[in-house]
Amino acid sequence: MNSQMPNGYAIEVERLVTHYGPRKILDDVNFTARQGEIMVIMGGSGSGKSTLLRHLLGLHRPTSGSIKLLGQDITKLSADQMFDLRKNMGVAFQGGALFNSMTVGENVELPLREHTRLDDNTIRIMSRMKLEVVNLAGFEDMMPAELSGGMIKRAALARAIVMDPKLLFFDEPSAGLDPVVSAELDELILTLRDAMNMTIVVVTHELESAFKIADRITVLDQGRILMSDTAAAVRASEHPRIRSLLDRTPRNDAVNPDEYLERLTREIIRA
Amino acid sequence: MAADFLLARVEALGRRSAAALAEVGYIAALFVEACYWLLFGRWRRQPVRLGAIFKEAIGVGVAAIPVVGLAAFATGMMLAIQGVYTLRTFGAEEQVVIGVAFSVTREFGPLITGIFVAGRSGSAIAARIGTMQISQEIDALRVIGINPVRYLVAPILAAMLLTLPALTVMADLLALLGAALYCAGDMGLPVNIFFDRTFAVLSAGDVLEGLAKSLLFAVVITLIGASNGFNVAAGAEGVGRATTRSVVLCCIAIILVDMVFSFFTSR
Repeated sequence: MNSQMPNGYAIEVERLVTHYGPRKILDDVNFTARQGEIMVIMGGSGSGKSTLLRHLLGLHRPTSGSIKLLGQDITKLSADQMFDLRKNMGVAFQGGALFNSMTVGENVELPLREHTRLDDNTIRIMSRMKLEVVNLAGFEDMMPAELSGGMIKRAALARAIVMDPKLLFFDEPSAGLDPVVSAELDELILTLRDAMNMTIVVVTHELESAFKIADRITVLDQGRILMSDTAAAVRASEHPRIRSLLDRTPRNDAVNPDEYLERLTREIIRA
Repeated sequence: MAADFLLARVEALGRRSAAALAEVGYIAALFVEACYWLLFGRWRRQPVRLGAIFKEAIGVGVAAIPVVGLAAFATGMMLAIQGVYTLRTFGAEEQVVIGVAFSVTREFGPLITGIFVAGRSGSAIAARIGTMQISQEIDALRVIGINPVRYLVAPILAAMLLTLPALTVMADLLALLGAALYCAGDMGLPVNIFFDRTFAVLSAGDVLEGLAKSLLFAVVITLIGASNGFNVAAGAEGVGRATTRSVVLCCIAIILVDMVFSFFTSR
């Protein structure tokens, strides 16, 4: 597969435009992530970072533009090719998205059961190995409802890495967790990159965690990319929107009176 | 002003019709996809597992035995009571056997089964898929490479198609038993005579018509439940609404399908 990625990019997004109904969510987004690096996508609420992630995961069809994962443009892949590509992708969702009707162990085993023809014992051992990695050894017989928030995220991470994917996506790893647990998760992400040479994309709005784990950071704002650079460069940026995000100052957008009036009266005054 | 009002009404009507049509289209697509995975999933590396089908069959079929059985028994007895009451006017109480035999196998057996399974499973399917939708479990399935229709809908559809006819046969027998017991008590008609006469008037076609209906009901319940579940958007409240909507639509659809089906087969 590396032969298809001569430039060493595991992820290449070019001129991505997406809409939700008539509203434009992402506008001309260009963005790359190198093999084996941790790319953090940062931005406030409504910046489009979740939308960008959902498109990277192939859950939606973009209006235009291309998304190349491991050298393959997922906007042009057939269902079968996408199916094969998905074996190289792992995703840990914000709320964990563990299957509530299955035990933790069964959740982690599911990708192996669906994608491989390994025997039962091998599958069980492999899933236990991943649970060891995320420090959840011995929890495989519990139901997701019995776990704490941090444990759910770690179990979701174990499920995401059980196929040893080349690409790992992590949505808001620290949301809703206390600082200690969140720091542990950050360590875990760093370990995964070093031990397995995964390309990891983390979507977050937690600054501390972002700067701790990121090799590079992409800052999204109102559907556009403000900056995509090393963590140090982002920290030193003079861009007012990035500064307000980093310094936690409220944004003071200048209001365009005409647009404001149009928004208020839309669909009320008929031409 | 009046023209504006009328225009708005027509526009709203148009929107609703378009939405209804879109829903019917969605359900049809869901049916085709579920059948596709059931038949060809094995060759697309997405098999519908037998274990999953049996698990669903226990949930939608076996677990429904007590409630469907009781309802069918009571319905059969009720039919006999009303039948005897009506026929007494002509002094022809004995003919109640024929009336009950036909109405139970052709109509009430499948209908009672369908309505009760719709109440139990139509809501459960919508609630389960809806909850999975809002907790991103459906997305998780998709990113793992598991088609949600193959994994969630196809096994239920297969389980429904297997268990609903079986439940209908059971409902037929229990309803006839209910009627037989009432006739035994009221008219002193021995139960074995009741059944002898019943089987003498019934043809295989009568029972098969009921079973054909139950297959249609199985499809209707599964698809309406699943489509309402997949279309949940607005959190926990949305799941509640989808559940209610699913049961109501299932029951209405069953009765309408039944009516149309009977219209074409009973004349």
